[in-house]
Amino acid sequence: MFRNQYDTDVTTWSPAGRLFQVEYAMEAVKQGSAAIGLRSKTHVVLGCVNKANSELSSHQKKIFKVDDHIGVAIAGLTADGRVLSRYMRNECINYSFTYESPLPVGRLVVQLADKAQVCTQRSWKRPYGVGLLVAGLDESGAHLYYNCPSGNYFEYQAFAIGSRSQAAKTYLERRFESFRDTTRDDLVKDALMAIRETLQGETLKSSVCTVAVVGVGEPFHVLDQGTVQQMIDAFEIVAEQEGPAAEPDVDSGQEASAEPEPEQGAAAGEGVAPMDI
Amino acid sequence: MNFTASKQPENCLLGPESDSQRTLSPYVTGTSVVALKYKDGILMAADMGGSYGSTLRYKSVERMKPIGKHSLLGASGEISDFQEILKYLDELILYDNMWDDGNSLGPKEVHNYLTRVMYNRRNKFNPLWNSLVLGGVKKGEKYLGTVSMIGVNFEDNHVATGFGNHLARPILRQEWHENLSFEDGVKLLEKCMRVLLYRDRSAINKLQIAKITEEGMTISQPYSLKTYWEFSAFENPTQGAVGSW
Repeated sequence: MFRNQYDTDVTTWSPAGRLFQVEYAMEAVKQGSAAIGLRSKTHVVLGCVNKANSELSSHQKKIFKVDDHIGVAIAGLTADGRVLSRYMRNECINYSFTYESPLPVGRLVVQLADKAQVCTQRSWKRPYGVGLLVAGLDESGAHLYYNCPSGNYFEYQAFAIGSRSQAAKTYLERRFESFRDTTRDDLVKDALMAIRETLQGETLKSSVCTVAVVGVGEPFHVLDQGTVQQMIDAFEIVAEQEGPAAEPDVDSGQEASAEPEPEQGAAAGEGVAPMDI
Repeated sequence: MNFTASKQPENCLLGPESDSQRTLSPYVTGTSVVALKYKDGILMAADMGGSYGSTLRYKSVERMKPIGKHSLLGASGEISDFQEILKYLDELILYDNMWDDGNSLGPKEVHNYLTRVMYNRRNKFNPLWNSLVLGGVKKGEKYLGTVSMIGVNFEDNHVATGFGNHLARPILRQEWHENLSFEDGVKLLEKCMRVLLYRDRSAINKLQIAKITEEGMTISQPYSLKTYWEFSAFENPTQGAVGSW
């Protein structure tokens, strides 16, 4: 991404039909630490890598509970993410008050996207520099959405955003077909494995990541460190036996294939318009 | 020229008097609505009368209307306010349908929306002069609730408005049970409506019974109840009365 004469204002088109300020906002998302999400028919799991500025500081909060049935993981400018979380909580609470019923996540996501779009069409505003993975329940089951600064939103079976997310995406692409009917615990395990991919060599410990779950009959909550560490230990042990970066699966005894060395694909081409992500 | 301009005291909270839109009293009113849960859904009955004070002026007023796919609304009180409520709900359901996303407002949501509307109007001293009954079925769950003009809302297995509360509810408390069949439910409602017909001066003998189930809503053609006036107490009603009239 190189500087050019069309990138000063969000309200200036480039001759190629691009809004560079919006694209730069999406760059900010790519620079943030990774967040992943995956869903089955009844549950959605969100996970993120905890980045701390220094050893002395605490890490930034990247997963927010929006309502009992909706949660969000963010990547990018966390301050923008907090503001949007507050907006989402407000919308949910107002709907609940009026209708005594939870706001369907599909509708919240559209409202969020429309809010983001406004910032791409006002000269005195700037786009939100945060990507949101929204996990929630609806009449039709569990859903995972990705909202980007451009005002677009997409529904996903599984997705990853932020730095080194491509590694996680590759892992998820390989496994996503099994997610729909999998159990809640296996879904969490898959989330942890996807997070591990983004760490690229660094050991996966519960202090380095945060995991949250929402599902039918299970309100959104962040799993506590102890539980997470237990799950990591459960599959790490098997991993040690089978060799590094293998697919361990002691408990459920699923696929026997152990594919070593997940592809570390290069990031998507920089010159491509980001709507293709 | 207003020579007797009424000035509000400084600490008055009532707002500008030119606000002539406040409802101070109802004009054309409907009387009781009675409803109960039965095996497959909700049954609701209301007569078709619109009274103008003590005159039974309008005799074909439909006081029960379907709302969206899952709900049925019955109203007593000011008919014009009921029509206004139907307009609000029409818009609500329209926007809900426009999402086109597989989610829809069920009876619980509509009931709570109405509660908010009624209560907020009451707080502004400009009520919608109605008592509403909202019933419906969604995803196998039966729902029956009521809201009054001051925003009092609750759900129950059987509800009624106005005189129905005093004459019909006691009957329902005795005779209602879970999983009434359609025929038994109708018989029970007719029993309630007959008592109301005998005893409520604003009731007319032309009623409709509406049914809402998971499949949808149907409303009967207007019909009348058979009544018996040959009770000996009705002969020579003034016989035992003391006084000149």
